[in-house]
Amino acid sequence: MNNLELKKTANQVRKGIVTAVHAAKAGHPGGSLSAADIYTYLYFEEMKVDPKNPDDPDRDRFVLSKGHTAPGLYSTLANRGYFPVEDLLTLRKLGSHLQGHPCMQHLPGVDMSSGSLGQGVSAAVGMALGGKIDNKAFRVYTLLGDGEIEEGQVWEAAMFAGAKKLDNLTVIVDNNGLQIDGPVAEVNDPNPIDKKFEAFNFHVINVDAHDFDAIRAAFKEARETKGMPTAIIAHSLKGKGVSFMEGQVGWHGKAPNDEEYEIAMKDLAKIDEELAKEEA
Amino acid sequence: MADKIATRESYGNALKELGEKNPNVVVLDADLAAATKTGVFKKAFPDRFFDCGIAECNMVGVAAGLATVGKIPFVSSFAMFAAGRAFEQVRNSVGYPHLNVKIGATHAGITVGEDGASHQCNEDIALMRTIPGMVVMCPSDDIEAKACVAAAAEYEGPVYMRFGRAACPVINDRPDYHFEIGKGTVVREGKDLTIVATGVCVGSALEAAEMLEKDGVSAEVINICTIKPLDEELIIKSAKKTGKVVTAEEHSVIGGLGSAVCDALCASYPVPVKKIGMQDVFGESGSAAALMEKYQLDGKGVYAQIREWL
Repeated sequence: MNNLELKKTANQVRKGIVTAVHAAKAGHPGGSLSAADIYTYLYFEEMKVDPKNPDDPDRDRFVLSKGHTAPGLYSTLANRGYFPVEDLLTLRKLGSHLQGHPCMQHLPGVDMSSGSLGQGVSAAVGMALGGKIDNKAFRVYTLLGDGEIEEGQVWEAAMFAGAKKLDNLTVIVDNNGLQIDGPVAEVNDPNPIDKKFEAFNFHVINVDAHDFDAIRAAFKEARETKGMPTAIIAHSLKGKGVSFMEGQVGWHGKAPNDEEYEIAMKDLAKIDEELAKEEA
Repeated sequence: MADKIATRESYGNALKELGEKNPNVVVLDADLAAATKTGVFKKAFPDRFFDCGIAECNMVGVAAGLATVGKIPFVSSFAMFAAGRAFEQVRNSVGYPHLNVKIGATHAGITVGEDGASHQCNEDIALMRTIPGMVVMCPSDDIEAKACVAAAAEYEGPVYMRFGRAACPVINDRPDYHFEIGKGTVVREGKDLTIVATGVCVGSALEAAEMLEKDGVSAEVINICTIKPLDEELIIKSAKKTGKVVTAEEHSVIGGLGSAVCDALCASYPVPVKKIGMQDVFGESGSAAALMEKYQLDGKGVYAQIREWL
């Protein structure tokens, strides 16, 4: 996919996020939107996956360690063809395969259940280790929140991945700078994030999380890095794409009401129009 | 009686045998390979052994990830850390997705001995049996411990196995011994009361039964290795015969075998139950034997508590 196609797809993913969270009347739009470009790049460009064969043992794996941003993952999977986009309306409802946090037993395409922060990254490390044991070519990706990395288990996992030189593992930190209680720098400052991962023997790349050229280059660099895992620190804007959510901590875990939903969808429609102009 | 052997030794030996048979078996430890005896496996299969360092929570998560790519990971640490510290990782990363992870927890209970209460986990059975779909096993001797490991590898799903530090007598060395997950065994027949025991307390229960016999009390002894799923049928059948049940475990009386047996009896056939175990107290430093004596979990102690209750 070229950048324009990626941008258009990411906007569809964003619409799905807003629609799902609005329908559920609950969920986490802010961190889903900040990571929408990363999700899109992973599933539409980077990862070797086939929605028709979600259990292929040789597929690349993705673990959403920041599991609360499941709407982002679900919207991406739906748009990629794992299940109908209409299913997004069932998010968080009784009997839905779209649980509040990702559940691998409910939804094909989810490689690991997650939601309790700090745990997904360890599972991703285990998958990467398993790949190494069997000399498999698959790669493993995991997405962490910048608040999530306050969990000690993240650094247990990072120490192990660095020590075992798991170069088939790419950790992405969605560095949107905000967590529930406020700016991460004020709550329990995890900065400098890049230097921390460097100290844990990772190859570290800082990237603009909304620039597909930079994202493309970063994942290429990660693939080509041998002998150590890679951490991509993705500098993002929480709520990206929806005017009133951008940079607002209050939209971490709140659903838009009907009026707000209309505004949000108009914002995203405007982006579609701009992209159409760009195409013409 | 045959030589004594600690079930953690049996665990290490069984892992090595398993490694020879099944190339998918991998073993993870948290800097305790010499103590948990996973070192036996490490020596035989260095490429399938991973020391995760002193980081049990991550170890459990790594095991979960390995299980998703087709490995059969056995993760080991002391019960305090495997079931205690990493409880939520076991619950959310292993139990909830029902992954094929086997937890081999050694140094359970007060027979840890001299290290004292900080390392004597009397709560692991209680914690593990609350997790939906988790199999919980506590073998009574070398033979059962090995059978337990082999059965865990065959079973698809999460399993918690509890092993001890101290050497204990072999009690299952009979030709008709057969192990099956979820099945208890009547190891001594009796008619006046039933002692349901697990782990090292099966030996204590058998000794107590012999002493009771001299007093004219005929005690039936049931060995429950699988605490979850519990062999309720066997326990209820015996309770119907004897009308009185004693449970014996090297674990807190809150949430362990005693509670599981009470749950089963309350629902179907209520009879008086005496729960023998750690009575809502922490342990302390001392030799395993001295502690078993002090907390009345050895043969004499179980006998004395039953006499007092009858």
